[in-house]
Amino acid sequence: MIANYGYKDGSGEYYISIDTDKCIGCTAARACLTACPKQMFEIITDDYDDEVAWIKKPNCRTLAYDCADCKPSGGYTSLPCITACTPGAIKHSW
Amino acid sequence: MITAGIDMGSRSIKVVLLEELKVDGAPQLKYGVKKAHIMMPGDLDQDVAADKAYDEALAAAGLKRDDVKVVFATGAGRKQVGFATEGITEMTAGAKGAVFMYPQARTVVDVGAEEGRGMKTDGEGRAIDFAGNEKCAAGAGSFAEAMSRALQMTLKEFGEASLKSDKSIPMNAQCTVFAESEVVSLIHSSTPKNDIAKAVLDAVASRVCAMVRRVGIEGEVVLIGGMVHNAGFVQSLKVAMGVDAISLPDMPEYISALGCALIAADRQH
Repeated sequence: MIANYGYKDGSGEYYISIDTDKCIGCTAARACLTACPKQMFEIITDDYDDEVAWIKKPNCRTLAYDCADCKPSGGYTSLPCITACTPGAIKHSW
Repeated sequence: MITAGIDMGSRSIKVVLLEELKVDGAPQLKYGVKKAHIMMPGDLDQDVAADKAYDEALAAAGLKRDDVKVVFATGAGRKQVGFATEGITEMTAGAKGAVFMYPQARTVVDVGAEEGRGMKTDGEGRAIDFAGNEKCAAGAGSFAEAMSRALQMTLKEFGEASLKSDKSIPMNAQCTVFAESEVVSLIHSSTPKNDIAKAVLDAVASRVCAMVRRVGIEGEVVLIGGMVHNAGFVQSLKVAMGVDAISLPDMPEYISALGCALIAADRQH
């Protein structure tokens, strides 16, 4: 399942997509949990009883601001969460 | 076996009691929905309202709490249903209910009071892709309701008025608050109410469509949630999505509760 967390507002579309098929049985030791400086990722048991990562609810409404520090303007050349997720489950829409 | 699905929405609570029918030799299980569709206004404390809605649903179906094997809850307030065995997300419940009603459905659009969302589903009603809008009310029923109030119309009149307009007036504001200010400007510039109603519903449809396009439009499209009752919105959504037909269930606001009860029954096997 592709789970899109985030929103669209007047300034753009801000979604983090998590491919749960790649997330189940993570081969990166859940590195997303520690890679994100804002600790936005959390492991939950989804409706199909699979342990997967999601974005914490309060962060889903503030992604544009929460992720800003990790974007190129914050001095990063690649996003820490995407780099840490070696199975390639995480994508940003912006 | 009887299972219950409770959809704790932000404006109303929906209860569906589902009875699994034993049909000898049938290729798959059959279900009958008991006569217990209860919709409660959400102006009570949520846990109190959940209890009340459930008891009224049971009374209407002539059942007791002990007759129901499991209760699953969904919706924004699902955690408030203390007697529920399990809580499931609106995406999972909506996809399951929609595919039960329309087996060919692969794209499910759910527009309720608080939130709109798009889901892609497989043939078994399992959500395989979803997108919602966690922040903004502009793609939801509450927005249309607020705008109809600004035009001093009921929601029904608002939807019907929209169908009488053939103008496309863009609403630039993404935010409900600023959109209301745009509506006030249109009223002051003597724009006919029908055109304003269409502009608002086109805007809601466009926001919802943006979410659905994230997951992709495939196969039969089903619209669920209370906004199905707004004919103007349905028309605007068809145009925005570029589809000829959208399947509309008879009791659209109960589909997630139905999906919830179906999942509860599945888990007992």
